[in-house]
Amino acid sequence: MTTLQSGVEIKPTKPWASSFKDLLPDFATFVITFVAAYVTVGFTPLKGKLGFSVMVIIYALIFSALLALIRQDGKAAINAVTTVLVYIAGLFVILPLASILYEIVKRGIGGLSLGIFTTDMAVTASDAPLTEGGLLHALVGTLYIVVIATLLSVPIGILTALYLTEVKGKGAGLVRFFVQAMSGVPSIVAGLFIYAVWMIALGNSYSAAAGAMALTILMIPTVARTSEEVLKLIPNDLREAGVALGGTQWRTVAMIVIPAAKSGLITAVILGIARVAGETAPLLLTMGGADALNLNPLDGNSSALPFYIWKNFTLGTELAIQRAWTGILVLMILVLIFFTFARVVGSRKGSSK
Amino acid sequence: MNKPEGDDMNQKTAQVNSLANVAAARATAKSALTSQRSSDNSTEDVRRVGAGLQAQNVHAWFSNKHVLEDVSLNFDFGTVTALIGPSGCGKSTFIRILNRMHEFIPGAAMAGQVLLEGQDIYRSGVDVTKIRLGIGMVFQKPNPFPSMTIKENVLSGLKLAQLKVSNQDELLEDCLIRAGLWSEVKDRLDEYGGALSGGQQQRLCIARSLAVKPEVLLMDEPCSALDPGSTLRIEETIRELSSSMTIVIVTHNMQQAARVSDQTAFFLSDGGPGRMIEVSSTSDIFSNPRDKRTEDYVTGRFG
Repeated sequence: MTTLQSGVEIKPTKPWASSFKDLLPDFATFVITFVAAYVTVGFTPLKGKLGFSVMVIIYALIFSALLALIRQDGKAAINAVTTVLVYIAGLFVILPLASILYEIVKRGIGGLSLGIFTTDMAVTASDAPLTEGGLLHALVGTLYIVVIATLLSVPIGILTALYLTEVKGKGAGLVRFFVQAMSGVPSIVAGLFIYAVWMIALGNSYSAAAGAMALTILMIPTVARTSEEVLKLIPNDLREAGVALGGTQWRTVAMIVIPAAKSGLITAVILGIARVAGETAPLLLTMGGADALNLNPLDGNSSALPFYIWKNFTLGTELAIQRAWTGILVLMILVLIFFTFARVVGSRKGSSK
Repeated sequence: MNKPEGDDMNQKTAQVNSLANVAAARATAKSALTSQRSSDNSTEDVRRVGAGLQAQNVHAWFSNKHVLEDVSLNFDFGTVTALIGPSGCGKSTFIRILNRMHEFIPGAAMAGQVLLEGQDIYRSGVDVTKIRLGIGMVFQKPNPFPSMTIKENVLSGLKLAQLKVSNQDELLEDCLIRAGLWSEVKDRLDEYGGALSGGQQQRLCIARSLAVKPEVLLMDEPCSALDPGSTLRIEETIRELSSSMTIVIVTHNMQQAARVSDQTAFFLSDGGPGRMIEVSSTSDIFSNPRDKRTEDYVTGRFG
């Protein structure tokens, strides 16, 4: 409520908002939809939650269209049907993800304790109680491979993207083709490649570094393609302005293009990490697996969280399966921490000197 | 039926007269300024003999399309040259040839010479970045660097070209004052350039160009996206700068050409490559153009 100089009181209103009376038919339609679906499931051979959900969707489409038809016309009915379809599509995306998250937290939380972050499985039998043993070895292994793979693939991926967008060299078409082809490589093939070249041909042993190399092969195309899309969005004006001020191409790219694309490039890195953090197949071939903590990433059998999860599931005892679920929860939290860290670093504006 | 047309013609004539008046007033003020300057500092002028920019028989192609034919034009030190003409007549291509930005467009080719202080900027072995350092450019759309603050934007040229300067703050203030932006931003130098209004951003871009002390400043329709107030402010800036450098400005605004330039060149394409139809002092172009097509264009009868 504001009082004007003239003494007239004026109240801010929202004339476009629906009143309670306007919303009654919508509410009634909503209720009718569910009642009709319930009745249909009760009186027909359709059974269970699935039948109910399908009937709700069908009735929601029919009744919302009818309501719009009564209120306005055919166009409004089509609009109503599309609106319902869009909401359903949104639900279909959220539901599986939410139920997965719910299931992981529900099943994993039981095995979560401080102890699992400080011990490994070196001296613990698989049927020992949950208070004994832990996944420290797997956590350290995952940290090693993700960090090493990021360090290897981010420079290569971003420089490749710069070649495609800034240098636009003669080989750009060929490079782009290979990057795209690489992003379709099955992860087990990447593992086999490192196994064949790095371990068999060059005679190296199982190690976290070998696993990281396999992941690098998977991560480069994701980083390169996403970075390329991001760099393409930077307006050409900025490049021209940089060059017109007497900068070389390299200095223009380093001082202007990359800082302008910074948050997008960080998204590219996040997508790359997301691509590889849960990979299991290439690690089976390159890391060998271990129950003991191995602090040397360059040599010796080591484990990783996906590896730990897989191994415990294959053991099959009740306690092992509980450990696997806890492993999944820890992996999920770890990825979340990576993402948050990258976002925080990325949202910080360029440092002013 | 005839009457409105007659009125229209009268109006056009009146408009031409007013443009010519503006241009003439500008010429008078300019010559006064020039004579004052030469008497003030004659040694400075001696050093500047032969300075400025000369385009000689410049042609341009995009792939096989001949877009600019045989343009020869002198830009004397301390003058403002306006390039006018309808869209697609090669003005922007020409101005981009003057600081070697033309070559960034795939398929671009050119012929002819562009002399800066008597030396061809297209000669082999020349350091292109040095050329562009000496010939600054302001673009049609304001394009401050989004990742930099106002201060960093102004000084970005120094970092890009790896120039050392003893007193950055002094240079910063000097450039912003000369671009007519200092009073508006002096308390917010650490804000990002994108936070400014369009007109302020464009003046920031001008300040950025000035920081590397170019001898020539090319402006490609610098006011086309700005409101009249910002346009006026930039025109004042151009006039203040014109005494110390060579300025070339592409514009679609006749009034602007008349207000800021000493010399005006009219470009036109008849479907084929663009040609320079006429170049003359600005007052002549607007008051007694030699070519019928120039007259038609400046009176707004086509284009």
